[in-house]
Amino acid sequence: MDLFQYDFMLRALVGALVIGLAAPALGIYLVQRRLALIGDGIGHVALTGVGAGLLLNRSPVLVAVLAATAGAIVIELVRARGRTSGDLALALLFYGGIAGGVLLVGLSDASSASLNAYLFGSLITTSRGDLVTILLLGLAVLVAMVALRPALFAVCHDEEYARVSGLPVRALNLLLAVTTAVTVTIAMRSVGVLLISALMVVPVATAQQVTRGFASTMAAAMTLGLFAAGAGVAVAAGADTPPGASVVLLAIASFLVVALVAAGWRAVRRRSRPAATPVTEAFAEPPEHEVALP
Amino acid sequence: MTTPVIQVTHAAVGYDSRTVLRDVSLTVTAGEVVAVLGANGSGKSTLIRAVLGLVPLGAGSVTLFGAPQRRFRQWHRIGYVPQRLGAGSGVPATVSEVVASGRLARRGVLRPAGRADREAVAAALDAVGLADRAADPVATLSGGQQQRTLIARALAGRPELLVLDEPTAGVDMASQEAFARALHGFVDHGGTVLLVAHELGPLRPLISRAVVVHQGGICHDGAVPEPAGHHAEPGHDHVHPHCDEEPAGLWSS
Repeated sequence: MDLFQYDFMLRALVGALVIGLAAPALGIYLVQRRLALIGDGIGHVALTGVGAGLLLNRSPVLVAVLAATAGAIVIELVRARGRTSGDLALALLFYGGIAGGVLLVGLSDASSASLNAYLFGSLITTSRGDLVTILLLGLAVLVAMVALRPALFAVCHDEEYARVSGLPVRALNLLLAVTTAVTVTIAMRSVGVLLISALMVVPVATAQQVTRGFASTMAAAMTLGLFAAGAGVAVAAGADTPPGASVVLLAIASFLVVALVAAGWRAVRRRSRPAATPVTEAFAEPPEHEVALP
Repeated sequence: MTTPVIQVTHAAVGYDSRTVLRDVSLTVTAGEVVAVLGANGSGKSTLIRAVLGLVPLGAGSVTLFGAPQRRFRQWHRIGYVPQRLGAGSGVPATVSEVVASGRLARRGVLRPAGRADREAVAAALDAVGLADRAADPVATLSGGQQQRTLIARALAGRPELLVLDEPTAGVDMASQEAFARALHGFVDHGGTVLLVAHELGPLRPLISRAVVVHQGGICHDGAVPEPAGHHAEPGHDHVHPHCDEEPAGLWSS
């Protein structure tokens, strides 16, 4: 681990750890409302921001935050309208975003190596200024996702009930969209815009195989995210590969291990407790003759 | 006379070009237990969704506790029980986590849960007989138990009005009875209830008034209709309306 004696390596590690905590804390809400791939789409849009930043000689991270936030708000408005064309609108936004990004990066002086760094992360590109941005925004995402958990849970679990509870449903949905955009863009240094979505979703998928409640799933997913990010950066430093790849592969490896262990555990329990009573007995309407009069 | 809890005046609702409700008026006063009955597709669920503002009105008006529905903000006074639990699968959530959502209308978005919230959740779970399942994932519960979870969620907010959308549809008998007991407790403490039902079952003795919706309009408002014909046979408690066929005397209002 001598590699971490270099400042840039430490910055990459700290940045990745913040993302490792923040991404699953947000991702659990996206998974719950079946928007697991939204982070990927916003990553595409963020790339246009990166390209614009490079071309204008401005901080690519900041311009990407703005572009991705605008894209996320558009996506959320399209989603809230609930029209069938929403699917197509999203596709236009996603592919427009990545095409625009590649074009703008190409027009700037940046090399294809630097494009790769934004797509899949890099160990050497996190500047001091980037790290400050990552720490501040990452902390804001974490605080919002943890502090607003009851309200965000209610909105993602049952949006109509949340409306009848008088919750500011539209504001909370926009908050989730904007937070997704922020998380994607601060993650692009260490994990890359094409792979960050995995860090939002995979730790949640891993955790929910063994957890029973929402709060415990969130805590377990954040722990897994922290581990995957830290270990992934260490592996990338040793093997000199893009960190995004090793972070995501480690997250998926833990998913597979937990899935196998959980399946084995269930099989053992089933064998030791034969003829267990089924837990779901009453989804069907009871036959008429069973409905007794009072 | 006191302010009505719910007042619907000449309401009309349509989806796209299809009219679902036309010229519906309904008043519910404090302490009443009103059942909205009707066949599938009659518009009875749309009626309560319009009352809650979940579907927009095409015409007419709705007031809640005297305030126009669009400007109504005291949502803690209303407990809503939807037909079923939203996300069936997905991220696990415990029964008490779902029920705790019922406290948000009182607590607001920013304030963390306190002791009063935890006590209200425990009391609501107790009222529906699910106290022993509080830490279990809702997905492992039966359909009836999930429905009771939703009722507990509404009760946890200590509302004055409960609005229920087919609370007993497809629910096992034990759960229907637990549900009737919980509703009894709520009504005994002065609560008002508006519920949509296809069959009343053990709820029947609680209902003080029945409203029958037929083809988008109200065709009966008064006493609970008696089952007639083969619907009156023992074991059948099918009270959806047959407005056109039934002899007028049977409505006994």
